[in-house]
Amino acid sequence: MNDVLELTVGQALERIGAGELSSDEYFDVYAEAAAGDELGAYLWRAGQGSPNGGSDTPLRGVPIAVKDIFCTEGIETTAGSRILEGYRPPYTATAVRRLKEAGARVLGKTNMDEFAMGSSNENSGYGPVRNPWDPERVPGGSSGGSAAAVAARMAPWAIGTDTGGSIRQPASLCGVVGMKPTYGAISRYGMIAFASSLDQCGPLTRDVTDAAILLRAMEGRDPCDSTSVGIDGGIQLPSRTDLKGLRFGVPRELSADAEGVEPGVMQVFDRTLDLIKDLGAEVDECELPHSRHGIAAYYVLAPAEASANLARYDGVRYGRRAGRSEEPETALVSMYERTRAKGFGAEVKRRIMLGTYALSSGYYEAYYGRAQRVRTKIAQDFATAFERYDYLVTPTSPTVAFEIGARAENPLAMYMSDYCTVPMPIAGIPAISIPAGLAQPDGGGPDLPVGLQITSPAFTESGLLDAAFAIEGAIGFDASPGAS
Amino acid sequence: MIDRDQVLHVARLARLELTEEELERMAGELSTILDHVEQMNELDLDGVEPTSHVVELENVLRADEPRPSWPRERMLEAAPDPDEGAFRVPSPQA
Repeated sequence: MNDVLELTVGQALERIGAGELSSDEYFDVYAEAAAGDELGAYLWRAGQGSPNGGSDTPLRGVPIAVKDIFCTEGIETTAGSRILEGYRPPYTATAVRRLKEAGARVLGKTNMDEFAMGSSNENSGYGPVRNPWDPERVPGGSSGGSAAAVAARMAPWAIGTDTGGSIRQPASLCGVVGMKPTYGAISRYGMIAFASSLDQCGPLTRDVTDAAILLRAMEGRDPCDSTSVGIDGGIQLPSRTDLKGLRFGVPRELSADAEGVEPGVMQVFDRTLDLIKDLGAEVDECELPHSRHGIAAYYVLAPAEASANLARYDGVRYGRRAGRSEEPETALVSMYERTRAKGFGAEVKRRIMLGTYALSSGYYEAYYGRAQRVRTKIAQDFATAFERYDYLVTPTSPTVAFEIGARAENPLAMYMSDYCTVPMPIAGIPAISIPAGLAQPDGGGPDLPVGLQITSPAFTESGLLDAAFAIEGAIGFDASPGAS
Repeated sequence: MIDRDQVLHVARLARLELTEEELERMAGELSTILDHVEQMNELDLDGVEPTSHVVELENVLRADEPRPSWPRERMLEAAPDPDEGAFRVPSPQA
């Protein structure tokens, strides 16, 4: 394997800056790697010789893989859905525009669960993505293409979106770093909407420093998204090597008592807690009593918002339209119904139905109203915990990567994949997943990556990255899919 | 629990055509998910304020300055059936 592919972007930027590596060579090595994609990670690839914005820029022409949920002017953008097949947006999402202005070049658009609804990438309208550690297993989702591309050295880094775990869970299953920033840190303009009060863009990278570099380039207020506020003081690159004087809480509801947590995952997690103590931190068990209702609240809130957001796919302004009805007397409504029936996959239909039901007359208070109150309780639990602790840590995913098809017929089992990641977006706080080690799956098989999730109060990203950096150094994770 | 007739009603509200098989399957799947969701009922939420948005923002305003909007032709490029500078749709007449 070309050793340029083993560099982190931070290292590559130094080499390009020192004149030891050409920015075009760096891009083309990845364009070639992406061209050999056998995992289904990419939906579109730029190819070699993409125009270079210049090596004087902060990101010096480096390639980046972009989840297909971000609008890119003139380049097909489908959000993994057949209903948007062939759609070429007239504008570029702010997050991508900022990266391009900083000098990055789009290497390709990555596969994803349709409209970001899924935890395995099996819900893509364009075929599943395979996990580079074991092609019979899922990469996680919904940003599965981004996570698989970074893990398999087909992209140096990538961006994705996280609504209930869609960056952190695939990062965990593929053995890479994935971060969901605070809600409002990065503009959502041009990011195809799933659940607008939860969706947030974030980085998937080889290490914590790269996540900081990427977040720094993307965060900030944007007049096109009134909910974007940016991060006060920007992002400092992490440098911390110890955790002296810091307090870490371990919420038992999201670790030892989490629904369906595998023994192998807990072993890696417990070993990591010892490392955190060795770095000088105080580590205690704590409580987030309402977090066990996270999945219940999330599967009302997110589908409710989705049912409204996805009403726009009606075969009129963009995307595909199903053929005309044979019943001319109900032509327009029938066209809507058929377009949506043909264009959406099973999971998207399920969520639209769930959300429409939860918002329908007579059920609104029982479901949506209740879920919004549980949301308040979950956020209060975090606020209480952060009075005592600087950070909370949990396993990112209760299990390592599962086999393709294992949860496909059981929606609720699939939803449980996000058990540990859903409470943070509900509370709007940032969280990062870093590779913590390898573990054997329940039922046997080769060892697979386990992620550690670290979370902290809203807009404390620099501190979160610092802690993650120190822990990353202590873990020393150096396994990669090809080498295992 | 949600039965086949309720599923059909919701599908109409959501403008989704479902096959007979999808209706049956959806009734079962939604019931399972709603059973889980109803675990929230064990919580006492009296007096708890609902949260619709996590960032405390109020009246985000910008200067009211005129600026060019997207050209019509550009917006029609992605439409499945553009016609005479507009989006053509089947007749809404029932």
